[in-house]
Amino acid sequence: MRRRRLRSERLITLLLLLPSVIAVAVFVYGFIGWTGYVSMSNWNKLLPDYSFVGFKNFLKLFSHPRFQIDLRNLAVFTALFLTGSLAIGFLLAVLLDRKVKGESIFRTIYLYPMSLSFIVTGVVWRWLMNPGSPQMGSTGINLLLEKLGLGFLKSGWYTDPRVGIKAVAVAAIWQMSGYVMAMYLAGLRGIPEELREAARVDGASEFQVYRYVILPLLRPITLGAIIILGHISLKIYDLIVAMTGPGIGFSCDVPAYFMWETTFHANRFAQGAAIAVILLLMVSLLIVPYLVFSVRREAEV
Amino acid sequence: MKRLILLVGLFALGILAWAQPGMEYVVSTETTLAAVAQDVLGNPDFAPAIMRATNAKSLVDPSFLKISSLDMAIPAGAKLWIPDRTWAEAFMAFWDPNRPEDLFGGGKLVVGSWWTAGGEAEGLNALFKIYGEYFPDVQIVNATIAGGAGFVFRAVIKPRLIAGNPPDTFQLHAGLEVEGYSPETYLTPLDKLYEIEGWDKVLPKDLLDLLVYKGHYWGVPVNIHRANVLWYDKEIFEKYGLTPPKNWDEFFAICGKLKAEGVVPFVMGNAGGWEAAHLFETILVSTLGAEGYKGLWTGETPWTSEGVTKALEILKKILDYVNPDYAALSWDGAGEYLIAHKGAMMIMGDWTNGWFMSKGYEGYGWAPVPGTQGIFDALSDTFCLPKLAPHPINALGWLEVCGSKEGQIAFNTRKGSIPARTDLTPEEKAQFNPYLQSCMEDFARDAIVPSVIHGAAAIESWVTDFKDAVNLFLATKDVAGTQRALVEAAEAALAAMGK
Repeated sequence: MRRRRLRSERLITLLLLLPSVIAVAVFVYGFIGWTGYVSMSNWNKLLPDYSFVGFKNFLKLFSHPRFQIDLRNLAVFTALFLTGSLAIGFLLAVLLDRKVKGESIFRTIYLYPMSLSFIVTGVVWRWLMNPGSPQMGSTGINLLLEKLGLGFLKSGWYTDPRVGIKAVAVAAIWQMSGYVMAMYLAGLRGIPEELREAARVDGASEFQVYRYVILPLLRPITLGAIIILGHISLKIYDLIVAMTGPGIGFSCDVPAYFMWETTFHANRFAQGAAIAVILLLMVSLLIVPYLVFSVRREAEV
Repeated sequence: MKRLILLVGLFALGILAWAQPGMEYVVSTETTLAAVAQDVLGNPDFAPAIMRATNAKSLVDPSFLKISSLDMAIPAGAKLWIPDRTWAEAFMAFWDPNRPEDLFGGGKLVVGSWWTAGGEAEGLNALFKIYGEYFPDVQIVNATIAGGAGFVFRAVIKPRLIAGNPPDTFQLHAGLEVEGYSPETYLTPLDKLYEIEGWDKVLPKDLLDLLVYKGHYWGVPVNIHRANVLWYDKEIFEKYGLTPPKNWDEFFAICGKLKAEGVVPFVMGNAGGWEAAHLFETILVSTLGAEGYKGLWTGETPWTSEGVTKALEILKKILDYVNPDYAALSWDGAGEYLIAHKGAMMIMGDWTNGWFMSKGYEGYGWAPVPGTQGIFDALSDTFCLPKLAPHPINALGWLEVCGSKEGQIAFNTRKGSIPARTDLTPEEKAQFNPYLQSCMEDFARDAIVPSVIHGAAAIESWVTDFKDAVNLFLATKDVAGTQRALVEAAEAALAAMGK
């Protein structure tokens, strides 16, 4: 009697899960497989051509000057975006953790940029970082610098090929560091006051308390933040579209943007699929170890 | 006065209503459609065309007979609408008997384009208005997608074509851009329509050559734009006693002089990513001449030639004189420099003219790009008919409006381009503004070369590589390296085209 009920319960569970399992299988894994297949085909005009060419598209891609620039840009962007967001987020969290007056107001202010979409951020920063010219005058940050008598600090920002993607990273940091702050703040609040007290009693300076007690305890949060920011960074596209476009000499270009252009402008569908596969691999390098780690931990619990 | 305008307006509307192609026909004794077709149009096979035209009329005017099938008996006293012969012929050429729904009129017409703003949108609306007068039974759906030179639009339309869900007609640059749509698979050849409408007699030969791909016409051109125009601010030119430069030496002499005066000598934008390539294209025309430039795209002129090197050097030198914020501006943003009399010259297609007018700016002059006198770097917008268009017969009427004189005058006076047809009377030409009139004269007289960045000269993958090479050049300023990249792009593209 009991066993039968168990079996029927299991059947119902299975039936309830089935639709989403099928949907995920088809729309996520099926399409990933399909993209992988297209990336090894010869589909390089509008009319599909599925003849197999192996890794030709990938080889061509890695020797493509624009793609090389894109990879470099992506590395620079990811490095700046991750370190910038983590550092600023942590700093803000530590400051807010000091139980300042009006903490909730500051928290809200710092967190607000995250409620915007990257498109809005891009449009705003496009204007803020507008280079302007002596003839037509400056706007945004350059105007501010001018009014402060710091005119020598004016820059071409994203229009200067030497700055390029770094300017975009600033906008991304502005948007996401509040989110990192919220994560760290939650973590800090979870650390019992006794631990700090104990460290202080042992003669640790305030810096040492953070360095040897707080930061190690916050490691899971740092890891989580790196995973979340990292995959956003590798897939970045909308911010580039709204803020800069590929930029002079592709100084603001990223693989996702190149993917869109080569697929739908140049009709190189196979090459576009190859870029998609490379992006997927890069993101999975980041996510898979995390998944393995968390699954193993769940099993332990 | 107001009343007078109203009266004249009503009168004009009356004429329009009356001038719809076709005529009313009242049946005297019971008969069949085939017999009517024989009597009136001289051919019983035109019965489906009469059925369609009458049904379309009956949707807006119930006094017309609603015909349910081709062999229905037509009672005495029934009112029919006989379409004019050209329309009937076109209908019969494109009607598919497997699509009986096309005999009933109504439905939608989905028009895809990248005309969303200013004069472009006004021109498109003028075409819609004319279409609505001829085909009041059809509901027009305006499926526009913004984005300069159609780069975004094309990215959206392609997946729809592959998925078998295209609009009824969409905008396409004349020339090799059509290759990017694999027209043999996805579009309908329009040769028969050209023949019926006699378009091959009223369109210039250079344009017709451009419109043929794999032996067929795939689109109906509505306009011609010129890409190689130098715009300048008259106030600045008068102030410093300058005249429009005829060659690059004069151009750079002016640049040097103006730079010393604190004026931006040359303005450009490149936010769209294509504007610098547009400029470079016109420089290529100047250094290689009409035949040499055309040869670049057919493999007759080698990309290693001296003219290409010289063009890159000119572009490099121009970069010393441009506005510092060009990467942040689109071409129209750059035009603000001229309007404010802060920038002197700009090279852009003649849609700039329409934009200047819409800004109320009149102090501008124009000349061919230095070294391109007597050459017309042309591009043209066409509309095509996808094979899987859901309402092909409605689209057919649209193509007829696009190719008609009436449609082209209404459209081009608003958009600021010249008609593709060359059979305009002097009175009709007088409806255009002074720039466009001079442009029409040039078009009739000059050597015509196809624009590459606007889809006429090369297949899309080549255009993309060309654009990318120029964009990279803006940062590297590496003449030899860029020329090598251009040579490689040409080799790959010519191989893909089987040349």
